[in-house]
Amino acid sequence: MNAPETDIQQSLDDPRLQLAIYTATRRLIDHRAGVVSDEALPHYQDLRNEANAIKKHTIENLDYYLEQLESNVIAHGGKVVFCRTGQEAADFVLDLAKKRGVHMLVKSKSMTSEEIHFNERLEKHHLEAVETDLGEYILQLAHQRPYHIVAPALHLTRYDVADVFTKELGAENEVVIEKQTKFARGVLRQKFLEADIGVSGANFLIADSGAVVVVENEGNARLSTSAPKIHIAIAGIEKVIPRAQDLAVFLNLLGRSATGQPLTVYTSFLSGPRRATEIDGPDEFYLLLLDNGRTKLLADPEKRQSLYCIRCGACLNHCPVYRKIGGHNYPWVYSGPIGAIITPQFHGVTEETWLPFASSLCGACAEVCPVKIEIPKLLIKLREEVVEVKRRQASGDLERFAFRLFAWIATHPKIYLLLASLGSVFFPIVPRIGPLKKWDSQRTLPQPANQSFHQWWASRVGRSKGSS
Amino acid sequence: MVGEQGGPVERLFMTSREQILGDIRRSLKRAAGQPPLFEAAPLSAPRLRIPLTDRNLSVELFGQKFENLGGKFFRVRDTLAVVPAISELLAQKSAVASNSPFLRKCGITGLPQVHAAFTDREELKAACAAADIGITSVDYALAATGTFVMLSSHNEARLVSLLPPAHIAIFPRSRILANLDELLSILPRPADQTSSMVLITGPSRTADIEQILVRGVHGPGEIYAVVVDDE
Repeated sequence: MNAPETDIQQSLDDPRLQLAIYTATRRLIDHRAGVVSDEALPHYQDLRNEANAIKKHTIENLDYYLEQLESNVIAHGGKVVFCRTGQEAADFVLDLAKKRGVHMLVKSKSMTSEEIHFNERLEKHHLEAVETDLGEYILQLAHQRPYHIVAPALHLTRYDVADVFTKELGAENEVVIEKQTKFARGVLRQKFLEADIGVSGANFLIADSGAVVVVENEGNARLSTSAPKIHIAIAGIEKVIPRAQDLAVFLNLLGRSATGQPLTVYTSFLSGPRRATEIDGPDEFYLLLLDNGRTKLLADPEKRQSLYCIRCGACLNHCPVYRKIGGHNYPWVYSGPIGAIITPQFHGVTEETWLPFASSLCGACAEVCPVKIEIPKLLIKLREEVVEVKRRQASGDLERFAFRLFAWIATHPKIYLLLASLGSVFFPIVPRIGPLKKWDSQRTLPQPANQSFHQWWASRVGRSKGSS
Repeated sequence: MVGEQGGPVERLFMTSREQILGDIRRSLKRAAGQPPLFEAAPLSAPRLRIPLTDRNLSVELFGQKFENLGGKFFRVRDTLAVVPAISELLAQKSAVASNSPFLRKCGITGLPQVHAAFTDREELKAACAAADIGITSVDYALAATGTFVMLSSHNEARLVSLLPPAHIAIFPRSRILANLDELLSILPRPADQTSSMVLITGPSRTADIEQILVRGVHGPGEIYAVVVDDE
């Protein structure tokens, strides 16, 4: 159950990093508080209950809504591709790019693509994937993974960004944030105009419309989904909601919880390729529906609520542990409280066993979760599972030791003989005491003979000697 | 999936589909083709919350919310007043206008610096990438959040409101709705009409570096709304 202590200590000892995490999360906390207050949004708690109920209903009937989504995407001229793994998703894109002669694609922010190491998989086959969200672009250049679900480069300062742009792009050393942004806009604008494939994630999939909903602030998702000839959306299967009208609930919660915006700057509701009379938009539309372990999470009726998450990041901002150790000390791309409950479920509780314990169970995460996932309850449940696994492993260790001891005794005849003669005396009581009691309770031990083989042999030899 | 049917890649993805849906059904103990169950996890009818507001107040609320976001709001009496209201913005600038009939009615498409009537995607893309300003109408506007709602069509292309560094939207006040919920009550399934409906709430922005707000990262950093009263 040990956390990677040295890395965490390093983060705690870095005052610049501590300040960056603290100020950024503080801003996000304050922005959210301003727009979910009783005055700003009187029915906020009703919306949370409604969101929870809609997610619950959809997840409990997931196969139905996925099939409905699929048939509506097809009805609007798009295609749906089910992918079991990240490799399958990457293989589909590689195959399509090869058939269309595409060598570069633009990408908007998608945690799902981060989860499956999408860019790395494509680059291995010389298909360049350019991140276009400013934060993601900086991280791609710096070869780092997102620090936060919503604000990926939260840990970097303007000076870090200046270093990255200078080192990776040969840019002049520029520390004014407006100028850095303008510089990135210029570089990425060219990529948007050249790319033939645009890849986006999806915040919601709408079953009754066959649509993908993408929310963002920069316009890079709009560009990625509108400028290139092909749009590919990648989404986890849990992102589906039944009806377009359910967006009244979810859009009113997502932006507020994430960045404190009643609505983010752009909300794109996309379905299929451009229609016959439309002037622009993609000619081809693909929706990649990713499993990558999600169906495993469905098996447990209580834990499947982990799949309600809409990735707003509010639980990270409010978590006293995340705010100290930061995003990179979590083992997977999903950090903070939500990461602590989904990582063990995706990767198995035997991996990173410290994770469910990295919480004071203060409950701040559950209080701010817009879809009311019972994060502390699930953390406790996962702790139980970790302890259970550990206990089983520990008894396994003792058993292994016992058999090794037996092997050593059995290969040393004098000791074996001594213990065997003692054993026949003590055998009736030994399995009923100490650690052997538990072992014995599940097994039937053979009863030792009254006479050992050696004793019998000795007496037999003695008899034959006497008779000869 | 891509082009030809029945190739090895296509077969692989059909297998994945069956397996994923099968795994889901096993986990949820559901049968193939089974309709959704409502007993354990009910789904209520969508709840839309639409405040009753006076149309005139809606215009004012829209303008206030729009300016709070960093937009510039103009309210004019009739279509004749549109060009004079924005002539200063257009001075010395090049612009692309959408094919919206309302822009023609306002006299926008006749202006010398305005390129319009694009029907070819590549030509439109090149023109938008070079222009200083994109001029469109909107299908709806949302007062509660200062939002433009644009449906892609032969009248409104996607890129006019996206590629140029500035965006001007000109529309009659009748297009202003109370909020998102009212929009969804009017358009319960937007995909029936268009491949793309976009809600635009303020200028393009980012706070990715140090959570400091910067406007105009990929989309327009300047946005203007011109609401025409007499329509």
